[in-house]
Amino acid sequence: MDAQTLTYLFVAVSFALYIGIAVWSRAGSTGDFYVAGGGVHPVANGMATAADWMSAASFISMAGIIAFLGYDGAVYLMGWTGGYVLLAMLLAPYLRKFGEFTVPDFIGTRYYSNTARVVAVVSLIVISFTYVAGQMRGVGIVFSHFLGVPIDWGVAIGMLVVFFYAVLGGMKGITYTQVAQYCVLIFAYLVPAIFISLLITGVPVPQLGLGATVADGSGLAVLEKLDRTLVDLGFAPYTQGGKSTIDVFAITMALMLGTAGLPHVIVRFFTVPKVSDARRSAGWALLFIALLYTTAPAVGAFARLNFIDTVHDRAYGEVADWFHNWEDVGLIGWRDKNGDGRIQYGPGMPFEGKPEFAGEARGVDGQRMLLNAARESANEVYVDRDIMVLANPEIAMLPPWVIALVAAGSLAAALSTAAGLLLVISASVSHDLLKKTFARGLSDRQELLAARIAAASAIAIAGYLGVNPPGFVAQVVAFAFGLAAASLFPAILLGIFSLRMNREGAVAGMIAGLGFTFGYIAWFKFYAPHMNGPDAWWFGISPEGIGALGAALNFAVALTVSHFTAAPPASVVALVEDIRVPAGVSTPHMH
Amino acid sequence: MTTTDKHADAAAGPRRDPSRAHAYWRANLRLVASLLAVWFAVSFGCGILLVEPLNRIEMFGFPLGFWFAQQGAIFVFVLLVFFYAAAMRRIDRRYGLDDDEREGD
Repeated sequence: MDAQTLTYLFVAVSFALYIGIAVWSRAGSTGDFYVAGGGVHPVANGMATAADWMSAASFISMAGIIAFLGYDGAVYLMGWTGGYVLLAMLLAPYLRKFGEFTVPDFIGTRYYSNTARVVAVVSLIVISFTYVAGQMRGVGIVFSHFLGVPIDWGVAIGMLVVFFYAVLGGMKGITYTQVAQYCVLIFAYLVPAIFISLLITGVPVPQLGLGATVADGSGLAVLEKLDRTLVDLGFAPYTQGGKSTIDVFAITMALMLGTAGLPHVIVRFFTVPKVSDARRSAGWALLFIALLYTTAPAVGAFARLNFIDTVHDRAYGEVADWFHNWEDVGLIGWRDKNGDGRIQYGPGMPFEGKPEFAGEARGVDGQRMLLNAARESANEVYVDRDIMVLANPEIAMLPPWVIALVAAGSLAAALSTAAGLLLVISASVSHDLLKKTFARGLSDRQELLAARIAAASAIAIAGYLGVNPPGFVAQVVAFAFGLAAASLFPAILLGIFSLRMNREGAVAGMIAGLGFTFGYIAWFKFYAPHMNGPDAWWFGISPEGIGALGAALNFAVALTVSHFTAAPPASVVALVEDIRVPAGVSTPHMH
Repeated sequence: MTTTDKHADAAAGPRRDPSRAHAYWRANLRLVASLLAVWFAVSFGCGILLVEPLNRIEMFGFPLGFWFAQQGAIFVFVLLVFFYAAAMRRIDRRYGLDDDEREGD
């Protein structure tokens, strides 16, 4: 069977599996719908959390980003895992003890204020929609790459599948489909990585392969060879970064705090039976995530090495087929600037912007003709970073079933994250906005119906954003983490660790943190993008890292304001003292 | 009964001794503070602030600073969280505040 048929088969089987699980685990109450009845095993919850967390970006883009950033890629690796340490030790066990359904629920109750609750709902919705638009787009792109289906159709199919298990099954359906999706995605990630590690170093464990000797008789270690090759081509060495230390520090911090404050991740810890389960479950989640996150840097380094080896200084007619295939798709572009018919790769942009092709016109060597204006650099190749994972099986000449597996894996990654996000959006609308604020008389059945309607509407909006991506989607990912770091994380942390923190302090802190972070990112990304550079940045911190400063501001404002305003009521102090001890946990569906 | 009332009742329950709960909380804070010190040291310390001097040390084919930044810190994170879960469980039991299922807890 060819790769395309196999891909159809793998994708169809995995989708049938997800829908089957959804039908089997339908939600019968709001407790089922919001937190899967609070009865998920910690290991299963760890897997579901890992799938929830690892998105299309982790699966498809991260290794490619690391391949081209080298050392600087560490900000994502450490940032997106280190946050779990904070989550496990500072938030998850206490929120589980609190025993309610949503993150705004905690903030609203702890700060005895519907204003605080609504501020939390607004940040949750902005964060989650920013994130989900990218997932739906990811589903569409995978469909178009692997199956030749138009992107819009891919988005529609993805919407339909998510609709099935999110609207029917709620958190219960999502949890068990995410467990299946984790298995699919990690298998799909590891198989090609192991093959490539074997191919390049002869070591079957990619994590060790990254430190091993290249099996080409040169006797050089992988990183040594990569450093030398890149320096020869005029790049900076792979193991040294280009970003300033303070910026790397701030971005890593913002991503860690943001990770710990992302509502769709936090809410997963509401689904386990006990406080001690929440702690253990965080360990399992991080272990399952680490499996992919420690493989990614190896994949990135191998891919970069492989790419240079197979492409640089080769005649266009003789280069491997995958180069031509991905050029046909438009993710690779070659402009023969020196007219020697050979592909030269090096630092700098080959031409302005992303490739725009002159229809089907072909040059003397058979390459697609580009409309983009050439830039002054020796580099002739444009390569989209996402290719690194998607084309890896082809670059390493792996069998077609591996390609089909990668397609199914990237869909699993995108769908599991999309479903988790849509669920927290619908829960915050039906539970926090309706039941707890604007329509208090709702019965459990009515609330469940409202949750389903909210989930369906959220899917429709996400699908619309997937089909018509706002031009700025790629640029606003910084928003999701920055805003979570600057608004939710400090409010929850202070709510647990400070008995004195009150309504006034928390609301002022969240608004200050949100406003500052939002303003800084919006200024550099939208209002004055031409100024977006180290010279204009405050303290040399880029918009990606500004959430760290926003969080610090939130803490400072919250502590100052609470110092000068009335202490919280005794019942709230008692609530905090109660969530600090694990004994006497209640299950959310009991009340 | 509202959420705050429910928790207030639980906290005011006859079996809850405030001084024991406070000692438990201090033990908890000490544990978390020392684990977070390790968390900071491996990521922000070895992986970022000290990356250049550490890169001069070569270990198993990796410049050490680079290894911490792209792999080592993550391994330590995983160990930290499992260690935390186990150590907290011990502290819970020592103070009799664990969440093991038994009647009347």
